[in-house]
Amino acid sequence: MPFTRREFLQGGVAAFTMGVAAPSFLSDLAIAQGATRRNLVVLYLQGGNDALSMVVPYTDAFYYSRRPTLAVPAGTVLQIGSDTNGKPLGLHPRLSGLKTVFNQGQLAIIERTGYQNSSRSHFLGTDIWSTANPTNSVEAGWLGRYLDSLPSPVDPLTGWCTVGDVPHSLVGNHVSVPAIASISSYALQSPNSGVEAGFSRAGLAALSSIPTPNEPYLAFVNGTVQTALATLDRVASVGTYTGTVAYASDGLSQALKTVAGAIVRDIGTKVFWVQTGGYDTHSGQGVNTANGSYAGLMNTLSTALTAFYNDLRNQGLLQDTLLIQFSEFGRRITENGSQGTDHGAAAVMLAMGGAVHGGVYGTAPSLDPSPSNPTLENNGGDVTYETDFRSVYARAIENWLGADSVALLGGDFRKASLTFV
Amino acid sequence: MSTPLLDHLYRRAGFGLTVAERQALAERNYRDLVESVLVFDPNAADVDAFIGTPGYVNISTTGPFMPNTNISHARQRWLFRMVHSPAPLQEKMALIWHEHFATAFSKIAGLYNAVDATRLLAAKPSTDPVGQQGQIELFRQYGLGNFSDLLLKVAQDPAMLVWLDGETNTKTNPQENFGRELMELFTIGVANYVETDVYAAARVFSGWNLRITGTQGAGTAVFAFAYQANQHETSAKDFSFSIYGRGSSKPNEIPARTASEGLQDGLDLIHALAFHPETATRLASKFWTWFVSETESPDPAFVDNIASVYLSNGTNIRAVLRAVLNSPQFQDASAAFQRYSWPAEFVVRALKEVGYLGFSVNDALTPLVNMGQQLFEPPNVGGWPLGQAWFSTAGMLARMNFASQLATNQKFALLAASRAFGATPDALIGFARDSLRTPTPLPDETAALEAYLASGGPWTGSDAQLLVKAPGLFHLLTGSAEFQFV
Repeated sequence: MPFTRREFLQGGVAAFTMGVAAPSFLSDLAIAQGATRRNLVVLYLQGGNDALSMVVPYTDAFYYSRRPTLAVPAGTVLQIGSDTNGKPLGLHPRLSGLKTVFNQGQLAIIERTGYQNSSRSHFLGTDIWSTANPTNSVEAGWLGRYLDSLPSPVDPLTGWCTVGDVPHSLVGNHVSVPAIASISSYALQSPNSGVEAGFSRAGLAALSSIPTPNEPYLAFVNGTVQTALATLDRVASVGTYTGTVAYASDGLSQALKTVAGAIVRDIGTKVFWVQTGGYDTHSGQGVNTANGSYAGLMNTLSTALTAFYNDLRNQGLLQDTLLIQFSEFGRRITENGSQGTDHGAAAVMLAMGGAVHGGVYGTAPSLDPSPSNPTLENNGGDVTYETDFRSVYARAIENWLGADSVALLGGDFRKASLTFV
Repeated sequence: MSTPLLDHLYRRAGFGLTVAERQALAERNYRDLVESVLVFDPNAADVDAFIGTPGYVNISTTGPFMPNTNISHARQRWLFRMVHSPAPLQEKMALIWHEHFATAFSKIAGLYNAVDATRLLAAKPSTDPVGQQGQIELFRQYGLGNFSDLLLKVAQDPAMLVWLDGETNTKTNPQENFGRELMELFTIGVANYVETDVYAAARVFSGWNLRITGTQGAGTAVFAFAYQANQHETSAKDFSFSIYGRGSSKPNEIPARTASEGLQDGLDLIHALAFHPETATRLASKFWTWFVSETESPDPAFVDNIASVYLSNGTNIRAVLRAVLNSPQFQDASAAFQRYSWPAEFVVRALKEVGYLGFSVNDALTPLVNMGQQLFEPPNVGGWPLGQAWFSTAGMLARMNFASQLATNQKFALLAASRAFGATPDALIGFARDSLRTPTPLPDETAALEAYLASGGPWTGSDAQLLVKAPGLFHLLTGSAEFQFV
């Protein structure tokens, strides 16, 4: 929730020291830090994704009895085989692009991810997924801690946030990540043109470089100015990227196009953040209707991810990219009276990329509300977790980023069976 | 009183002061000034009649100005009021309650239509054909009254009934969305309720629905709260916290009631939550960050005092604000410039301190989006992430660019005003700092500004030079880190 985040930020500011390198050294730094071109793209589905509508247990009779209007008809799902218990699963019918990626063995579906005593609060839930710590939701984010762990000074474009507000996951104690919601507006204006505009830019740079050791809050904002000035020109170079495939005009597709552009232009970014909203489907969820809201979300998700996948594949960069998707919680199993679903617990994570070992990891829940059903919690109301979400993070940290997950996550969450990458 | 304290009061309880406003207030003593900020005549404070007249910030539209039915026009009207209202605290509290009860236009427009969504958020009852009251007008009317009353008004507000799905909360399918956020965000906070309280609260508000009469989208439909007795779930509701206090034999239980009396369930829960000690403490901490400081954690003595003022005055917000603004913590010089300005605060303060004649608030709307604060469009029910979260690189760039845009727009006014200070670069710097009420500068800052003025050629103070350097200087200062603090 916002208050805890603010508390963190207040606590964090005292420790904040800027590690922004001088612009002239940036390219060397980027090369030095980008010994491999591997990058991690984290996709957040904001609002609490209804995983049961995304990965459908289409032979579970309780799925249909508990969701009389929202259940996806068995005949329309895109079958993807079974989980390790032999329970058949199918993707939402609008995920046809992702089904193709699944068939190519480069989409992993990790069932029932979450944590004990899952928060049903958007804000606390998001903070927990961000910090990777259910008992301290106000510390630095897990990706921020990763960036902090890189050799200093860290190039300001090592992380790249495609939304205008840096998410808690990317908030570090030392490294600040640029927020670049729109490349075209990520440019500096001046009241004057020509050489005078250059004087203005130099003036802003000079003002932001004045040390303010007794005012860390000023140092923070000055650091933001410096990061902005140090990234403007390279970000503009990504703005001209067109891609090898057509990206749709929605925000998610355009964000992924930007990410692809940054990867293709090889500007040294290791961690990208992509976010899309609309998943808080309390009413009128529209899972099955042609213009339904959830059907639209799935359509956007599938077309955006497929375009990204194909674009990178066409350019031989798929092997360098791992995308993982999460949401702050899943939704309640039984639909509510508004043809929607309320806040629930465990959900599905996806991983996609050239190095991904595709398939279904873990087991889907049984939706039988009987108290003896161990896959549910909250009196059979919600799905209980099987795989700790931190195990997914740990796999990505160890096997993809090549870092120490035990140190970054504050514990050993490695899970041998989780071999998606 | 000291000018720094005067400016501090008006940056926090309002949006800053113009030179003329500052001169008019300079001789008043602090306590009187606080009272005049707190107690105002809403009719006298209504500046809407001045929209579109000379001497004020401009609005611009294609076609007629329709702030009750066009959301972009509504945003302009609100910015106009922030710049010009003689009762700035009314607008400041409306903005703060908009953050606290964050309700977004897009969901309402998606479920109904843009005309009615604008009306539900922004319609001024006296100029709406059927007297519809937008949520922001509700905040303007009740924002300084009792929080318990405000909470009830919000619970029955048509925009909120749509936003948090209360309109679909029925006996057989209780809707949890409003009940959860009522406890988590609006009152006691996430650590002070349990999951079963959410289910109970959903049942409490079953039947708290919306009745719509008239043609939607025509600007004349009536959206009204309606308690539908036949949709109320009548059994008893148990909570983990006290609803009725120690005098009751079952303090934690809202009793079973007949359907026709079931409206009382919600009134009881709202009252209990408004008077809950955790609400008092939580709001007191928020008042610290809204008014006193974001760089220092809330002072426990301040929180205790404000929470006690809140409870002993029947949750009255005006009494709370009186205590806040008169507190030693607020008046201490160390509290000045310790809040990260919200984008709306930054924009309005810049207009008041740099200049606004010939500027249209329409041209501030896209910059506000880029800064991260589109009015009537908070990102979610939790409101905008405040404090440092405003200062992403894109958000800060948008602020620097708005500073450039405004300085460019005002360049001839700045030329005219700076001629008297054109003799030396330092005189011009002094003029700009005085206009922008900046805190005591660091020595290196003066050197950096001097270097900027010296770049491109020797100082002459000619009109040609001032026309370049005066807006350039205001751009640098308004776009600097220190100007982002209020």
